[in-house]
Amino acid sequence: MLKIKDLHAGIDDKEILRGIDLEIKPGEVHAIMGPNGSGKSTLSSVIAGNETYEVLEGDILLDNQSILELAPDQRAHKGIFMSFQYPIEIPGVTTTNFIKTAINAKRKAQGLEDLPAKDMLQMIREKSELLEMDRKFLSRSLNEGFSGGEKKRNEIFQMAMLEPKLAILDETDSGLDIDALKIVANGVNKLKTKDNAVIVITHYQRLLDYIVPDFVHVLHDGKIVKSGGKELAHELEDKGYDWLK
Amino acid sequence: MKQLQEKLLASFLAFENKGNIDLDSKVHEIRTQAIEAFEKKGFPTKKDEEWKYTSLNSILNTDYSIFPKNDASIDLKDVKQYFLHEIESYKIVFIDGIYSSFLSDTTHEGADICLLSAALKKPKYKMIIDHYFDTITSKDDSLTSLNTAFSKEGAFINIPKNTVVEKPIQIIFFSTGSEKEMMLNPRNLIIVGENSHVQVYERHQSLNGSVILTNCVLEIFAHKRAIVDYYKVQNDRENASIIDNTYVQQKQNSIVSVNTFTFGGKLTRNNIEVYHEGENITSNLNGITIIGNKQHVDNHTLINHKFENCESHELYKGIYDDSATGVFNGKVIVDQKAQKTNAFQQNDNVLIGDKASINAKPQLEIFADDVKCSHGCTIGQLDESALFYLQSRGIPKKEAKALMLFAFGNDVVEKIKIPALKTRITKLIAEKLDVELGFEM
Repeated sequence: MLKIKDLHAGIDDKEILRGIDLEIKPGEVHAIMGPNGSGKSTLSSVIAGNETYEVLEGDILLDNQSILELAPDQRAHKGIFMSFQYPIEIPGVTTTNFIKTAINAKRKAQGLEDLPAKDMLQMIREKSELLEMDRKFLSRSLNEGFSGGEKKRNEIFQMAMLEPKLAILDETDSGLDIDALKIVANGVNKLKTKDNAVIVITHYQRLLDYIVPDFVHVLHDGKIVKSGGKELAHELEDKGYDWLK
Repeated sequence: MKQLQEKLLASFLAFENKGNIDLDSKVHEIRTQAIEAFEKKGFPTKKDEEWKYTSLNSILNTDYSIFPKNDASIDLKDVKQYFLHEIESYKIVFIDGIYSSFLSDTTHEGADICLLSAALKKPKYKMIIDHYFDTITSKDDSLTSLNTAFSKEGAFINIPKNTVVEKPIQIIFFSTGSEKEMMLNPRNLIIVGENSHVQVYERHQSLNGSVILTNCVLEIFAHKRAIVDYYKVQNDRENASIIDNTYVQQKQNSIVSVNTFTFGGKLTRNNIEVYHEGENITSNLNGITIIGNKQHVDNHTLINHKFENCESHELYKGIYDDSATGVFNGKVIVDQKAQKTNAFQQNDNVLIGDKASINAKPQLEIFADDVKCSHGCTIGQLDESALFYLQSRGIPKKEAKALMLFAFGNDVVEKIKIPALKTRITKLIAEKLDVELGFEM
């Protein structure tokens, strides 16, 4: 599904990713771990198409087609979704209206009519229940005044609504208490099918107790320095990152 | 500029003689004084403190016609879009400065919603007009004086006490381009009696690309506990300019809101001055400006708190694209006597165009010691990380920008109390931002 080939990327002449190779197949869950500053968030931003970063070398292929030339919204239309580490607050735009606009933009790109309001509401109801969300959040301005946990839950709610092919969860566990973590993880697991894939980017092993990965990759200094199964996460938890340097 | 001034002075006598109008009324005397005041001061220049950031040079070197030659007529179907046609309303409509009875819908039942020239001819109304006319305007503002000198036509709205005007009133000025270059001096007078309530929608619209300069003056008198909601929609063509002077006097417990939506026009200058004459008054001034190209908008406000326990709220938002320029000058004066005043002013701006600029100047003059006054001003650009966030959800960049800009202006839109107008403004904003979005926030 996703193939990353010798990816070099950076910001303002500073190279952050220094040759990443990664292949993700449908149905798989990959965890990317690593210390602060190793390039984890850069990797997710580059896959999602953040124009702040410049790709210097290599390629990213989705279903065997390069996506490097695509704008973030076009990548979203192709099924890429990124849950932000720090979701942006947008005063004046309600969560409901935002998600409606997003879904209909995607449908428009696919040549479909707007989703009828009735179906939209039905879908919003189902997905918000899945995330055990208080419905009042949906009519509030997007993320404005939300707690860290509420923001993250809102991210997964958006993911549930958009039904992506590839979901990247960037430090979704940061700022979450254990109850919120379970709800979010549970939501992700319920959305998992044999046709979609998830990249979990995390600093700690904690989240991986709930979203169990098929593969764990350790990122250090812009390169994947070790890959393995889920047991690698436990090993990192015990030993830290230093032994891999 | 000098030439236009000469022409205006020369035209004054012709104007007075031509009209066969009210030579016995006080208004005639006021006009004569006004033309003298204008002659003395001339047009304002950038040397005047209040005109530091707005130059009139680009619109005053034009040989404007002062008197429209013929009665142009227009078809309702061609101009329907400029009315709030979805709802029932009173209408006072002028074409090239001349009243159009065909397009208007006036009344004398329960309230007088009619035109100034006709009212001046009836003794009953003449007394009222003599009592109010030109009593709260600035005598230092030469453009107001100029308007006063040529004032003859405009809306006259007189709401007696204890009256809720059920339908909004639309005051619309069309210009048809019957003259290649035309200057209009419409004059509106609105008196709202005790406990009465009225909603007014005002628009100046040119129907083709001819050069128009509108120098408009509005006086609003709000008596005790009166409620006035006033909406100005400025979305004119690129050769049309307006200098819009609004003077408001409020008696105790009255609430007056003036909302200004500026989406187009070559040069737009709004002067709004509010004077308190009683306690427990509320004044609300709100505005959204969305302009581009080389358009210029200048919002000048003055609120004078003169009595205790009054409040004022100002919220102005501006979005400037291309090389557009803006000015916000908000003056709040709190007299020594006006204790327990709450005065809040906020002016937020987004510059989208690389060459766009805004001059913002809050001016608070506070002589009382027990007051709550604040002002804030922000000038920013669209947040790139927020744009990426919206795009990453599948919303294309143009729509994402529009959504953010709409959200930015939304709290002003939310203040519109006529639902049909709110829908209209929302549509105009989407049009202005060049997107097809519902924006149901």
